[in-house]
Amino acid sequence: MITLHQVHKAFGDNHVLRGVDLTIPKGESMVIIGGSGTGKSVMLKSVLGLVTPDAGQIIVDGQDVTAVERDAFLARFGMLFQGGALFDSLTVWQNVAFRLLRGSLKKPAEEARAIAIEKLRRVGLKENVADRFPAELSGGMQKRVGLARAIAAEPEIIFFDEPTTGLDPIMAGVINDLIREIVVEMGATAMTITHDMSSVRAIADDVAMLHDGVIQWTGDVEQMDTCGDPYVEQFINGRAEGPIEAVR
Amino acid sequence: MILLRPIAALGSAVLAMLAAVGRVALFAAQTISHLLRPPFYFKEFGQALITIGYFSLPVVGLTAIFTGAALALQIYEGGSRFNAESVVPSIVAIGMVRELGPVLGGLMVAARVASSIAAEIGTMKVTEQIDALVTLSTHPMKYLTVPRVLAATLAVPVLVGVGDAIGIMGGYLVGVNRLGLNSAAYLSNTVDFLEFWDVASGLIKGAVFGFIVALMGCYYGMNSGRGAQGVGRATKAAVVAASVMILASNYLLTELFFSA
Repeated sequence: MITLHQVHKAFGDNHVLRGVDLTIPKGESMVIIGGSGTGKSVMLKSVLGLVTPDAGQIIVDGQDVTAVERDAFLARFGMLFQGGALFDSLTVWQNVAFRLLRGSLKKPAEEARAIAIEKLRRVGLKENVADRFPAELSGGMQKRVGLARAIAAEPEIIFFDEPTTGLDPIMAGVINDLIREIVVEMGATAMTITHDMSSVRAIADDVAMLHDGVIQWTGDVEQMDTCGDPYVEQFINGRAEGPIEAVR
Repeated sequence: MILLRPIAALGSAVLAMLAAVGRVALFAAQTISHLLRPPFYFKEFGQALITIGYFSLPVVGLTAIFTGAALALQIYEGGSRFNAESVVPSIVAIGMVRELGPVLGGLMVAARVASSIAAEIGTMKVTEQIDALVTLSTHPMKYLTVPRVLAATLAVPVLVGVGDAIGIMGGYLVGVNRLGLNSAAYLSNTVDFLEFWDVASGLIKGAVFGFIVALMGCYYGMNSGRGAQGVGRATKAAVVAASVMILASNYLLTELFFSA
């Protein structure tokens, strides 16, 4: 279980998070929605320790994230970055098997390559992409490789940062379905941030809406359309009029 | 109050500079600290050694041969004013190994390597690859900075040594073929005149310059701003800072090594 309690973060005068309270139960898929620049990525990176909150507490399975042994803590996570964040200088299989080629999870190169190819197959890529470099792949293929890397070490918790940004609707649908299948199959706790409503409906068990640095609403995905919250309604229906200013 | 403004501006500029020096010093201390503690990334170190050392050989070699050749011409011309043309081999040798070899080699490596390291790491930062490294339980300082800094510290002295030899050869080619100096006398003058410390001091300078070049490339890459402009600025700043630090440290090292 991941719990955020009164998490604050400011960059200069810009108070991005102003007291975020959120709980993600173990094995659930939580999707955080909200407009661009509302701090969704900052919130996600705070859990991983990539951003240090100014105040508040983040607890993962009973442990404060600031007091854990970093390597063991991070070994439990997988993350799919918005742009893929694949290492340009490494081949596809070396990217996927990155964690398996070094550090505490190190395996022999042959075994790591075999696992990487199996994970690539899991995300719908053939073995012949394994020796290519990321720059030789399309955006959709890069996302799949990023997804394969995120799940390569069988993490307990997986974060997805804008998984469908920049993809055509069909490829976005494919990635959404893959994420859902993988999360269910692995029994992982998932946290996804997106403003793509098709992703929300495909991936989420629970939804939380972040606006003005706080969670405006959280609940079951099936309650989202009828929740009556003016922020959620404006956002999911894509209206310019409402409590969320269109020009921020 | 208006009169105080220039002083206030000067003060804030000095404070900003001191803060920058502090950040670089802290970064250097962190690099050395990570250098001494496992895990060690040998493959990345080997790749950095080839990229920084081997692939810099052509540019360092070309710089050295033309510098040695021009130096021979200048010294011959200057020396002939008081019938001292025979000093060409010894001055070319000492000039190359003590000063021009390490400094010009260091500056060429700064232009080639500091820029490429800053651009590569800066691009990794803006495309979230550095964040990805962290989430994959890999410390960016250990994986990116340590191999490059160690490789440059070891490779640049070798480059300087090779550059010294090529520079002396440049002087020899001009001295013998263009200025008509005796080949055997040129070589024996060079060998007899040079002392161990002349060469060693240049190689130590090379190691310091290599450390500076890779450190500046990594520092500015890791602290790159957003977007293409941020990476461009980081690259420019890395080359400028590395070049200035090479020239400043060269003076300090020369004072240290050769002042009586």
